[in-house]
Amino acid sequence: MARRRYSVFALAREALRYHAGWERAWNSPAPKSRYDVIIIGAGGHGLATAYYLGKNFGITNVAVLEKGWLGGGNTGRNTTIIRSNYLQDPSAAIYEKARSLYETMSQDLNMNVMFSPRGVIMLAQTEHEVRGYQRTAHANSLQGVQTEFISPARVKQLVPIMNIDGPRYPVLGGLWQERGGTARHDAVAWGYARACSGMGMDIIQQCEVTGIRREGGKVTGVTTTRGDIGCSKLGIVVAGHSGVMAEKAGFRLPIESLALQALVSEPIKPCMDVVVMANTVHGYMSQSDKGEMVIGGGTDGFNNYTQRGSFHHIEETLRALVETFPVISRLKMLRQWGGIVDMTGDRSPIISKTPLGGCFVNCGWGTGGFKAIPGSGWAMAELIAKGEPGPLAAEFGLNRFAEGRFIDESVAAGVAH
Amino acid sequence: MSRRIQQGGRLIDRAQRESFAFNGRQMSGFAGDTLASALLANDQMMMGRSFKYHRPRGPVASGAEEPNALVGLSAGARFEPNQRTTTTEIYTGLTARSQNHWPSLDYDIGALNGFLSPFLPAGFYYKTFMHPRPLWKALFEPVIRHSAGLGKAPTEGDADRYEHFYFFADVMIVGGGIAGLQAALAAGRAGAKVLLIEQTAHWGGRAPVDGVMIGGKPADEWIAATLDTLNAMDNVTLRSRTMGAGVYDHGYALAYERCEDAVPQARGPRHRLWRVRAGQIITATGAIERPLSFPGNDVPGVMLASAVRDYLVNWAVAVGKRTVIVTNNDDAYRTAIALHDAGEAVPVIVDARPDAKGPLPERARALGIRIEQGCGLSGVKGGKRVTGAQICRQSGAGAVIEEVPCDAIAMSGGWSPVVHLWSHCGGKLTWDDAQAHFRPDPSRPPIGHDGAGFVIAAGSANGEMLAGACLQDGDAAGKAAIKALGLKAKGGAIAQAEAEGEHPMMPVWLMPADATPELKMKIFLDYQNDVKLSDVQLAAREGYESVEHTKRYTTLGMATDQGKLSNINGLAALSQALGADIPDVGTTTFRPPYTPISIGSIAGEARGPIFQPIRQTPMHAWHSENGADFEPVGQWRRPYCYLRDGETRADAVTREVRNTRQAVGLLDASTLGKLVVKGPDAGKLLDLVYTNMMSTLKPGNCRYGLMCNDNGFLIDDGVVARIDDQTFLCHTTTGGAERIHAHLEEWLQTEWWDMQAYVANLTEQYAQIAVVGPKARTVLEKLGGMDVGRDTLPFMGWAEGELAGIPARVYRISFSGELSFEVAVPASRGQEFWNKCLAAGAEFGIMPYGTEALHVLRAEKGFIMIGDETDGTVIPQDLGLNWAISKKKDDFIGKRAQQRSHMTDPNRWKLVGLETLDGTPLEDGAYAIAEGTNANGQRKTQGRVTSTYYSPTLDRGIAMGLVLNGPDRMGEVLEFTRTDRPPQHARIVDAVFYDKEGEKQNV
Ligand SMILES: Cc1cc2nc3c(=O)[nH]c(=O)nc-3n(C[C@H](O)[C@H](O)[C@H](O)COP(=O)(O)OP(=O)(O)OC[C@H]3O[C@@H](n4cnc5c(N)ncnc54)[C@H](O)[C@@H]3O)c2cc1C
Repeated sequence: MARRRYSVFALAREALRYHAGWERAWNSPAPKSRYDVIIIGAGGHGLATAYYLGKNFGITNVAVLEKGWLGGGNTGRNTTIIRSNYLQDPSAAIYEKARSLYETMSQDLNMNVMFSPRGVIMLAQTEHEVRGYQRTAHANSLQGVQTEFISPARVKQLVPIMNIDGPRYPVLGGLWQERGGTARHDAVAWGYARACSGMGMDIIQQCEVTGIRREGGKVTGVTTTRGDIGCSKLGIVVAGHSGVMAEKAGFRLPIESLALQALVSEPIKPCMDVVVMANTVHGYMSQSDKGEMVIGGGTDGFNNYTQRGSFHHIEETLRALVETFPVISRLKMLRQWGGIVDMTGDRSPIISKTPLGGCFVNCGWGTGGFKAIPGSGWAMAELIAKGEPGPLAAEFGLNRFAEGRFIDESVAAGVAH
Repeated sequence: MSRRIQQGGRLIDRAQRESFAFNGRQMSGFAGDTLASALLANDQMMMGRSFKYHRPRGPVASGAEEPNALVGLSAGARFEPNQRTTTTEIYTGLTARSQNHWPSLDYDIGALNGFLSPFLPAGFYYKTFMHPRPLWKALFEPVIRHSAGLGKAPTEGDADRYEHFYFFADVMIVGGGIAGLQAALAAGRAGAKVLLIEQTAHWGGRAPVDGVMIGGKPADEWIAATLDTLNAMDNVTLRSRTMGAGVYDHGYALAYERCEDAVPQARGPRHRLWRVRAGQIITATGAIERPLSFPGNDVPGVMLASAVRDYLVNWAVAVGKRTVIVTNNDDAYRTAIALHDAGEAVPVIVDARPDAKGPLPERARALGIRIEQGCGLSGVKGGKRVTGAQICRQSGAGAVIEEVPCDAIAMSGGWSPVVHLWSHCGGKLTWDDAQAHFRPDPSRPPIGHDGAGFVIAAGSANGEMLAGACLQDGDAAGKAAIKALGLKAKGGAIAQAEAEGEHPMMPVWLMPADATPELKMKIFLDYQNDVKLSDVQLAAREGYESVEHTKRYTTLGMATDQGKLSNINGLAALSQALGADIPDVGTTTFRPPYTPISIGSIAGEARGPIFQPIRQTPMHAWHSENGADFEPVGQWRRPYCYLRDGETRADAVTREVRNTRQAVGLLDASTLGKLVVKGPDAGKLLDLVYTNMMSTLKPGNCRYGLMCNDNGFLIDDGVVARIDDQTFLCHTTTGGAERIHAHLEEWLQTEWWDMQAYVANLTEQYAQIAVVGPKARTVLEKLGGMDVGRDTLPFMGWAEGELAGIPARVYRISFSGELSFEVAVPASRGQEFWNKCLAAGAEFGIMPYGTEALHVLRAEKGFIMIGDETDGTVIPQDLGLNWAISKKKDDFIGKRAQQRSHMTDPNRWKLVGLETLDGTPLEDGAYAIAEGTNANGQRKTQGRVTSTYYSPTLDRGIAMGLVLNGPDRMGEVLEFTRTDRPPQHARIVDAVFYDKEGEKQNV
């Protein structure tokens, strides 16, 4: 079942026969009647969970069920910023674990996910923000996360197109993570899917879970648009639809679903190497390898499930970014879109056991979970395999809301991408 | 050779020459030319290079759907990359440069990629560049980045202005072709408020080019008459050069008007973004012709048949001397006939259908044009320009029957309705087998708030391909919109249109039908991104079966035209590869904008100083003139300090602090939030939102209060003054005014809607000036008018009266520990009062002080600051503020949350003072290190610095911090982190550093 390896030699060989010999990246099997573990949701987090179940725990009788196409949720809609300069210890631990796994992901998965540690700057544009990021830098130094608070001059040197003396919010400095960056979101999902398929797991697309079967307080399987499927353990990893799924499993989650938008400009030649986030004015921007300026902003103020958003948010974001990067004014917006993000009260994720035996949930990554995919999958796989959270997931249990033990990141970042 | 012909050109004015430059070469055209038509008139067919293989590219279309002919316009602060020549109107002085090549358009090193193309199929980059690992960032990615991208990045800010515009319409009609015009007539006659927009500079759309007759006259005449009628209606607004960019929920739509872009001499904004609220939206956006998928279909000179016709009829440009037509439908014959009528050579029409018998083919035959039926093209000769067409059987594998010399090829694969605007907000499509296209499904339109549809498609956007039917459909759409609005439609004749009927087209997704793999590698689907038919097949083979996967894997449809030309052909290729039906494969999602719109137009007017207007206190100008070094605080600017000659910021702060402690200081505190809460239930409301009891406060008194959120965390603090029985004035922090106002409104409106309490934000109604320091009372007494004596106006009391003849409320409160009066006067008299204070205080050494001195003064006293000591995770109990939490009240926001186990845990980080052993200040945000590491290998911590300053009063560094069980650990020495230096030692002390007994504020 192992996949034939991708390499420059394979490409050369195939070029001679019009690429007729490439095999499927992942299989598309019909569901079996039962699996040891079912994961609902073939987004990055669901697929990574399956991957590490196989890789770290040897559990491969696994199905990942996806109602649409794999990677088609937020994983395929996000602006792909990867960083780990979080403030709180539990967050820094899991995001840094994820970031470090991104470093070698292409080699691990034998698929180039184009992790590009081009560096991430979070701008400080008020005295308050300066102090906030200085605090984060202190925290990071104890957490093993490499960050540095840099001067406006250094910011300008890293991003020559930035206007650091804006009349409204001059740049007062920035929090710089040199090994932060971006990756190709689709390739992350595809790479995991291919690797899972290679371990003999079933990735079943166009298969919507419509019900969760339980008996005596334990999960026994799911009902889907492609029939009933049994399982001993179930992982719910459906981001914006977590509330819907939890309801079917008989419990409630402290999650709100909101639309978050992003947009790209037309492609231009390289003009910005690093990722810039400007939280005071609320916008962030990077340039993709294709040349598009990739831009994101804030969430809508009301709950909804349509993958669109309100245009005035796009206006606010672009207004802010034209101030910060005046050269983008004459570029054109090519495309805007939205995704439904799953927000918790403290803006931190949930990786947790649930009131239903054998059922585990991973959600709440909200506006910033792309960067967490490998770390989250790692921690979720451990939770499912052992039935108890390991150190990475320990603080992210559902009980924290009842106990008031929040992991609040809003302190450090208004924009949490 | 492409060139201007002598007669015709309905859109150009031969009397008016316009000269422009392309790649530094001077050229000329006529008023009314697009850049594309003018370049073609100058025999400039090649206009750019493709994205991946840097292949030569000429225009393939004549309008918004153009993927190839993109240029950089203008220079400097007006430079714009990636603009379509097909939609750019020329004017004298215009300069354009082709893009994505080096060193020149004709000779481009990047074209080497083309030779490597067998090794660079779709997604090749996912399969390689993985080893050795560091090379991705160091080498592979930079190389890819530099060869990607199209135009250059602008290097300067934007010299132009942009404008936002609001419009309300009963019916918004997008598209000024005959269907849109007819819809506007129907809706306009019924009296509805109508907005009709057209993206080009001209009305009427395709009908005049297609030679349609309406009411027995050429279409142009009907169009002119209809425009007259519409212009005469007061309820109808017409705008050309205005594109429908997006349709959003609830009838919200965006229109993008090109103003100065098109008429550079005009003074005004470059673009105007219309934000329209429409009751009903009619999309009469027409249809776009599809290319045919044959080998070599990307060579410059291969164009859509409709584009060839447009250039000829609209701009009198013949794109070639000999133009071969290749088609699967009747419409392309119109191009052949038009060329023939203009005296241009059409060596052959290659029709994939076995028999072409409609009226149009018959006419072509009668004109003596050669027609080859059941044939296709299996190759195109030429690299930078077509030199010949290779004819083959459509049914075969591509064996060449004949090679026809030619310098242009006009292709037509059928037409696809423009369904973008219909789809943006959820309108669904249905597949039309006969026309082989998706068209709007009228039973599944975008749904408004009432569950009814709010978008109606009309004309060829609705799949109607003949002029007569378009007029009927436009009329029906107009009337349907009227009906949906509950208005009454009025009669009015619909003109009859005559055009030759068409025989059925034949879907052809691959030409020739059994093309070899080698040929398939020469068939382009997406010209800009260089996606070939073989790429789509590869994607399908590798399991990228969803249309979204294929798109992302191959980049099909991700170019700047967003697949307007390529999507349906790509979809068909994918469904063939999968053996599925096209409608089952489905389309990718249509997202706004319809064509790219400038980011400047979206940002609008709000740039520079008016991007988020700065809020100014009544004394702002005075501060500026008197050395204020401002810092942004929310939307305000507040003086951080007032610099005097030769002073550093630190010097100034030290001076201001000392002066306030020793003499008297003056602070502009006007930015503090001032919310008035009024009504019989005002006290009840405040008891619920503050942690302490407010209803028992007596008029004339002030009380310091805390507000928490429903999670129990401290969110704001401030002094509440009871004005009368039913009125409280609540001071909030500067940053909190709007937030807290909204917080109160949210609770009032969603939970406590039955309470009779009302909130108004009076922040800007008052100037608030704090007179602070041992001489404060003396200054006020000198101003005169009110008794501010210790007994009449005790600490935490307030009084109303006049000071120096100005009505004033004086609050005796202190945030510095000194004797302090905060005086609120009407905003309009703030400056006057400020001046009077300065004058009266001059003899006592009065000086203004800024926010930093304010912070230092409060920190010396151990007063907390929201946002410093709090960060959204701190409860009042952590700050030793238990005294401000009422135990008597049944409830307040946050009470229940504060009873949760972690909140009541005795082992929390709590507020203390910190004193460094060496006297230098601790670093902002430093953490107190603890022994060992946690389970994740992170160094353990036991506290952190929340505020740290140099105290001029004590001449040493002082700090406040939250420390694990801090108050029980007085005297203990902790290690705090420092940037790039060994940790610093500080001792836990009482947080009140100065005047511990609080005597000074009580004098
Ligand atoms: C516009 C935008 C920008 C963002 N930018 C960033 C960024 O820069 N950096 C960053 O780190 N994060 C970012 N994020 C957040 C990030 O995208 C998400 O946190 C992350 O991708 C979530 O991954 P996931 O696997 O949990 O969810 P998803 O990728 O959404 O996957 C969930 C899957 O579950 C499936 N599903 C749902 N219900 C069912 C059912 N009943 N049966 C079967 N399947 C079901 C869905 O179809 C979906 O495929 C952004 C998000 C958005 C929307």
